[in-house]
Amino acid sequence: MHTRQSTISRRNFIRLTGITGAGFMIGLSVAEGQGIEEVVNMSGVGESFGLTPFIIIEKSGAITIFNTKPEIGQGTFQSIPSLIAEELNLTLDMVTIKQTGGEKEFGPDQFVGGSSSVRTTYTKYRTVGAAAREMLVTAAAKMWEVPVAECTVENGKVHHLASERSAKFSELAEAASKLEVPKSPKLKDPKDFILLGKSIPRPDVPLKSSGKAVFGIDIDVPGMVYASVERCPVFGGRLVSFDDAATKKVKGVQQVISCERLFGKYRTEGVAVIADNYWAAVQGRKALKVKWDFQGKENFNSAGYAQQLRELAKTEGVVDKSIGDFDKAFAEAPNKVEAFYETPVVSHSPIEPMNCVAHWKEGNKVEIWTSTQVPGRIMGSFPKEFGIKEEDLKVNVLFNGGGFGRRLYPDYVHEAVYLSKKISKPVKLIWSREDDTQQGPFRPMTFSAMKGALGTDGKLTAFQHKVIAPSLNAARDDKYDKTKTDGTMTEGISEQAYRIPNMKNLYVWADIHIPICAWRAVTSTTLAFSHECFIDELAVKAKKDPMDFRINMLDAKSDTMRVLRKLREVSNWDKPLQKGWGRGVAQWEFFAGLAANVVEVSQNGEGVKIEKVYSVIDLGTVVNPDTVVGQVQGAVVMAITAAIKNGITFENGRTAQSNFHNNPALRINEVPPIEVFVLAEGGDKIKGVGEPGLPPLAPALCNAIFAATGKRIRTLPFNINKI
Amino acid sequence: MASITLNINNASHTIDVDPQMPLLWAIRDFVGLKGTKYGCGMSQCGACTVLLDGNPIRSCSYPVSAAAGKKIATIEGLSEKTDHPVQQAWIELQVPQCGYCQSGQIMSAVALLKKNPSPTDAQIDAAMQGNLCRCGTYPRIKTAIHRAAEIQKSQKA
Ligand code: FES
Ligand code: FES
Repeated sequence: MHTRQSTISRRNFIRLTGITGAGFMIGLSVAEGQGIEEVVNMSGVGESFGLTPFIIIEKSGAITIFNTKPEIGQGTFQSIPSLIAEELNLTLDMVTIKQTGGEKEFGPDQFVGGSSSVRTTYTKYRTVGAAAREMLVTAAAKMWEVPVAECTVENGKVHHLASERSAKFSELAEAASKLEVPKSPKLKDPKDFILLGKSIPRPDVPLKSSGKAVFGIDIDVPGMVYASVERCPVFGGRLVSFDDAATKKVKGVQQVISCERLFGKYRTEGVAVIADNYWAAVQGRKALKVKWDFQGKENFNSAGYAQQLRELAKTEGVVDKSIGDFDKAFAEAPNKVEAFYETPVVSHSPIEPMNCVAHWKEGNKVEIWTSTQVPGRIMGSFPKEFGIKEEDLKVNVLFNGGGFGRRLYPDYVHEAVYLSKKISKPVKLIWSREDDTQQGPFRPMTFSAMKGALGTDGKLTAFQHKVIAPSLNAARDDKYDKTKTDGTMTEGISEQAYRIPNMKNLYVWADIHIPICAWRAVTSTTLAFSHECFIDELAVKAKKDPMDFRINMLDAKSDTMRVLRKLREVSNWDKPLQKGWGRGVAQWEFFAGLAANVVEVSQNGEGVKIEKVYSVIDLGTVVNPDTVVGQVQGAVVMAITAAIKNGITFENGRTAQSNFHNNPALRINEVPPIEVFVLAEGGDKIKGVGEPGLPPLAPALCNAIFAATGKRIRTLPFNINKI
Repeated sequence: MASITLNINNASHTIDVDPQMPLLWAIRDFVGLKGTKYGCGMSQCGACTVLLDGNPIRSCSYPVSAAAGKKIATIEGLSEKTDHPVQQAWIELQVPQCGYCQSGQIMSAVALLKKNPSPTDAQIDAAMQGNLCRCGTYPRIKTAIHRAAEIQKSQKA
């Protein structure tokens, strides 16, 4: 990482930081066009170089650390500022944490997705903190005329023990700001960490335990009106006309206007009811009479589409990855197994429904308040979409009431801005739970045609995972090249650590007109199910213990081996279970990280009961172990919901489910004990936290059900009370 | 429209609203207390849970007119310093993730512990079943309720 001296204009300083007093400011800069990041000193007043401040030390003593990673429940409000604070030996109660709003100066990291927050910023943000520390120490050492090496940093002060002198950061800030930024600041030795690797309480928890945490939906601005939007119930339908006579009679309704939604390659129209308060908007919307042209899409249904996928499975598809000669090895093998797996569409259903407050002000200045995972994307695309200047857009990112991938897509933000522009008033748009459940985007289904062959010694010699599914890339962009595999739809299937001599994985593209998008752990959430259940089928065919069968295919030094060995130990895999119980194992490695689960079930009438879940997640380096445990438990809960609850189906072109009564999520009485083990043996490798616990749950559960009942489940969701 | 007086956290608020409006929107948008959340609008998720004369209700499905003259308690009224035993336990166990469901979870837990100072796991399940947590903080909610029961007892002792 490079470092450099620089300055920022006072106007820009205030725009970015909201701080009016001058201060010592240090940050990262993205050198234009090169993507190189360097630590820069932006104190003082002067030219702007497009800088990204991360720490501000004011003369008053106040210290601000900027967090580029929206908090969606995954703990970034603690983990990210800690990377910077650690190097300054500051605890988070000594600083104010401010969420950035996608400003170019704060760099390309302003999104949360792919379990990437810590693993992509760990060293970078520590370097920012370390550079600031070295400058403060140098300033103190100069002032006291003592060697730098004799100075220490603690409690927001630099100390010189020998002479019993100390000075506050704020007293040193001005002198520090005049120094060169150190070329390669020394990072702290992990053994001296006060924050990283420790279960430090998260500063957002008291706010979230007292109703004080502010979410997007909680924002009020003066003069604000409320909007509720009626969108076509049939996907792909068009607005023809609407009759708002009855709506306008509802007290509090101000006006009714058409509205647009942009999602991926789709632009659709809706009818917005604008009212004094939200309840009036909802009542007015109920009274609307809208005429839609369904464009023939009213005949679409899930059963028919599933049949199409089964037909498509008979086609060859395109190669995702090929090793050895699968076709030959499979044809010649003495023992073959084939199976077909099916999974459903599911909703994200974050508990805070989509919402946004937007204010199109005079002079085409726009301010947005919202819960979003992607302030950077909003800042990057909205100025063009709406024809405004980037510096005239301000995005305020609030706590997100859940994300799970849904808030990677700012379609609802676009709607609110569109409405505010049209009526020249600040607008609060709230999607109802029904809107959220019925309008998508959804996680797509994947179907999988599996083939495997075993040698006479029971070893896996040939393996094929053919994915038949719609494409996330095609949903984004019409120009998606169908002659190539869509890597997001074959995620992980060619990345497992198993050594298999002949493997050919394939992808068959299926068209769909329904908005689909990433979900927590993306396509791994369905592909791990088919993949790891099928590995189990092969183990059964080979008459091997499923854990042994897997371990025997692994390199002794692979991460997966380490994870499975740990899991074997902590789950007491080799101890027999009582009668009527069964256990299953599954692991999954993909871009976000690596985890493995063992699930224990017991026979329970006609169904089974989940008795226990053991989860091992492999991280390398961990920032907050307690957060990791919570994240893995949450991922497991979400995975159980996706495996055993309804999922989303389509009838007559519409979503058949509407709210939590028919699109249920797991409740407290359905949650088994979940024991989480965090493998964090240090080192450079840092893996993701939020997602990896999810993919291996459904296969471990279904493998356990097979062990307990002899029944092989190849279709999700399934009724756990009737196997 | 009607003039309705609500007693929320021992303060009285007079608002002019449609009597059929759910109490939730009256609390949030007319009284201005944002701690109580909207999640489903049909008594399915519990995010809107408040106490009405001490009993937990789903304010999204409760007409504001029916709440007039009753004592309404919201998350904001639990304590000044976020130190109600349930809040203490929530912080100690680091329960919230996204946090959006937690006002409702906490209000349900407060109501439970008032009636039953040492609930069993099964009693917790029964009392908390109406509160969804999409982030899946259930294991910690359960532990935290047991912990809150302990704190409550030690405070009375
Ligand atoms: S908002 Fe009232 S129960 Fe969901
Ligand atoms: S903490 Fe996010 S829904 Fe419960």
